[in-house]
Amino acid sequence: MSITIENLSKQFGDHKALDDINLEVNSGELLALLGPSGCGKTTLLRIIGGMEVANSGRLLFHGEDVEQRDARERNVGFVFQHYALFRHMTVFENVAFGIRVKPRKQRPSEAEIKRRVHELLNLVQLDWLHDRYPAQLSGGQRQRIALARALAVEPKILLLDEPFGALDARVRKELRRWLRRLHDELHITSVFVTHDQEEALEVADRVVVMNKGRIEQAGTPDEVYAAPSTPFVYQFIGNVNLFHSRDHAPWSEQHGDAVAYVRPHDIDIGATPQDGNALPVEVKLVRAIGSVVRVEVAVDASSEFIEIELSRERFDAAPLASGDKVFIRPRQFRVFESGEQHELSAA
Amino acid sequence: MMSGHSIQRRISTRESNSVTLLLIGVALAYLVLFLGLPLFAVFYEAFSKGWALYWASLQEPDAWSAIKLTLIVAAIAVPANLVFGIAAAWAIAKFEFKGKSLLITLIDLPFAVSPVVSGLVYVLLFGAQGWFGPWLQAHDIKLIFAVPGIVLTTVFVTFPFVARELIPLMQAQGKEEEEAAVSLGASGWQAFWRVTLPNIKWGLLYGVILCNARAMGEFGAVSVVSGHIRGMTNTMPLHVEILYNEYNFVAAFAVASLLALLALVTLLVKSLVEWQAKRSGEPLQHGA
Amino acid sequence: MSQFRAHSVLPGFNLALGFTLLYLSLIVLIPLSALFVKTAALGWGGFWEVATGDRVLASLRVTFLTSFVAAVLNAFFGLVVAWVLVRYSFPGKRIVDALVDLPFALPTAVAGIVLATLYAPNGWIGHHFAAHDIKVAYTPLGIVVALTFIGLPFVVRTVQPVLADVEAEVEEAAASLGAGRWDVFRRVIFPAIYPALLTGFALAFARAIGEYGSVIFIAGNMPYISEIAPLLIVAKLEQYDYAGATAIAVLMLLISFALLLAINGLQWWSGRRRAR
Repeated sequence: MSITIENLSKQFGDHKALDDINLEVNSGELLALLGPSGCGKTTLLRIIGGMEVANSGRLLFHGEDVEQRDARERNVGFVFQHYALFRHMTVFENVAFGIRVKPRKQRPSEAEIKRRVHELLNLVQLDWLHDRYPAQLSGGQRQRIALARALAVEPKILLLDEPFGALDARVRKELRRWLRRLHDELHITSVFVTHDQEEALEVADRVVVMNKGRIEQAGTPDEVYAAPSTPFVYQFIGNVNLFHSRDHAPWSEQHGDAVAYVRPHDIDIGATPQDGNALPVEVKLVRAIGSVVRVEVAVDASSEFIEIELSRERFDAAPLASGDKVFIRPRQFRVFESGEQHELSAA
Repeated sequence: MMSGHSIQRRISTRESNSVTLLLIGVALAYLVLFLGLPLFAVFYEAFSKGWALYWASLQEPDAWSAIKLTLIVAAIAVPANLVFGIAAAWAIAKFEFKGKSLLITLIDLPFAVSPVVSGLVYVLLFGAQGWFGPWLQAHDIKLIFAVPGIVLTTVFVTFPFVARELIPLMQAQGKEEEEAAVSLGASGWQAFWRVTLPNIKWGLLYGVILCNARAMGEFGAVSVVSGHIRGMTNTMPLHVEILYNEYNFVAAFAVASLLALLALVTLLVKSLVEWQAKRSGEPLQHGA
Repeated sequence: MSQFRAHSVLPGFNLALGFTLLYLSLIVLIPLSALFVKTAALGWGGFWEVATGDRVLASLRVTFLTSFVAAVLNAFFGLVVAWVLVRYSFPGKRIVDALVDLPFALPTAVAGIVLATLYAPNGWIGHHFAAHDIKVAYTPLGIVVALTFIGLPFVVRTVQPVLADVEAEVEEAAASLGAGRWDVFRRVIFPAIYPALLTGFALAFARAIGEYGSVIFIAGNMPYISEIAPLLIVAKLEQYDYAGATAIAVLMLLISFALLLAINGLQWWSGRRRAR
């Protein structure tokens, strides 16, 4: 089932939580809403789920306006940030809840409920925990039970609020892969909220980057990383070096007051100037981290540090030490000035 | 070695043994003097002339009717305030609206009012010279110096008990579980019965116990509206007063011993509930 | 959606709040307002005349003085009890802890007759005082005894959780810096529990001012000497002096509200300090 959001706005008192949002979520897609805290991503998710009501705009499921529909009638599965498991019910009863509260006519037999709950618990690989209480589970287990509970009502849309936010790093990585696999199996239209770029890029089919209640960019993980369309996206996803045109040579004549954004791995280092655009710098720090070597250099004219990432091979071919005087040249960069964007590629 | 030991002692954060013993002694002496001794004395006086007289005092018709009236009053006041407490806590804990803190303060109001004043306000409303007095008289309805007045004032003085227990508890529990229930297709009633109520059962019980103890034991407020008609409008505490003022001490303490027993049972159940709530991982959140 | 409340998916708001307000109005607000309307009918002059009558002033003096002494006693001994219950372990501690709430659970009339019996000149405790020519029951001293009983749990129960919250590390830090035990208490622990102690004191004080049942049996109820204000209200009622009773009630109510306000302020203050 597809989701269409048109001109959606939401206000809390004086605070504009969502400002004219337009978004299309395709059927069967796994979409990430990515942004810093307070950017409106959770509000958007709660509006889709029917937990909040927008001040203006339209929300359509498969072309049908659902604004008048209560949360319980939307057929949406919601996984809460802190799971919101029913603490006085066993794992089994938690998962069975959505089936048990159906109107009598639609409610399956007890045997059928049992079969479906165990099927779901097997799907999340936790059938052996069926008689435990939520307090007796680890964070990762709770997360998976919350997901099984949401899936029990056979939702057409699955919404997840910071699904891995409260877990430690290792469990998080594992669950990420598992969620991706589960989605490929079930193909439910899914939207999840996260502030972790790595999570969004790794799991989602498409990433929507949000900031201050607006959508900055929507695209595949590759698009938002390789071709950020705003300075915010550039800075929020991945590392970036900023070159101010008034300080640095190659851009100062072409542009007024502008900033060039350059990824650390898009910079070449050479012992001699590569061309007229090269900057003379001094190496300040060299640090090998796994397969990459991170080099920090300082521009002579300023106190700014520039971060450069080299592959280990490349570094080994021409080793550097702190104090070396070298030249750098951006291979690829993007200049933003007063709202306008100019993409320039160094020759 | 010895000097090392003494440094260890000086840095430790405990009082010396003698201070410890002194403090425990003072605390226990205070509690025995003000709590233990009076409690013991109630039962001692009640049984001072033997079992037979004790039993006889309790089987007196007036004592019986006082016991019955007390039970009736509690049986009305407690459920009424229970329903109110749940409704108030649901509105206050699960929703955001303007004027919430004012509402919480108003709910606590009856605790700030002297019991005597609580009785007085109902006399002013429904008494012979009160606002509704003439109308009530014209329709031959008697509220003051009658059972309905006793029930009303009891409801007033026990008004906040359940609500003030549930409000902080439900606020601490948040509304995510109910939201989850609704997103899974539950109706409001289903969410309340299946999710909210099981989560607050200990707090609810706690509030009900305290409410009941006060409802059965209230004296000042009830005394103002009761009219002290023996066998008709006397609750147990009022009956105790009458017997005591008639120098019928054994009978007074016999009835008082029942009330003291009620207090002890209340304390016992209260401790059990606190312990259970802690064990089940949903500690009670008392408003002070 | 109305601006009055934020949206929620949970139903039942209108029903729950509507019932709450209706019940609150019928049981509490309308009856209490009757008190003020009745006083207004008396007029300012009439009210002032009743409020400043000799007997009324005397009863207020007795009420406040005895309540204050009782609250001070409870503040001191309540702190000791709370300290002992939090810091030390001894056999029967759980029973003692549960028993602290007895004054909340024991009907006041029962407390009244038993205290009067114990402190009467021929009573178990009273005859010790009588031997030194001190009368406790039927004097203001008896009132203090009853009010101390009634207010006992307040200080203990407000100080207990705060004292339990004081981190051992803070005390250890102070001790490691060379502070003696008394210094640690005075400079580290006491400032932390001081707001709670004050709150407990105010609660005990407020409760004592309105108390009736436990006092009347032991007080002797002599006008000008051992007559408390709530009793005077009852006395005026029995003489069908509704206006007089109401005026005293309003006076007491205003004082109670002021205290309630102060207590709320104290709790807000101590809550903020604890949160920090």
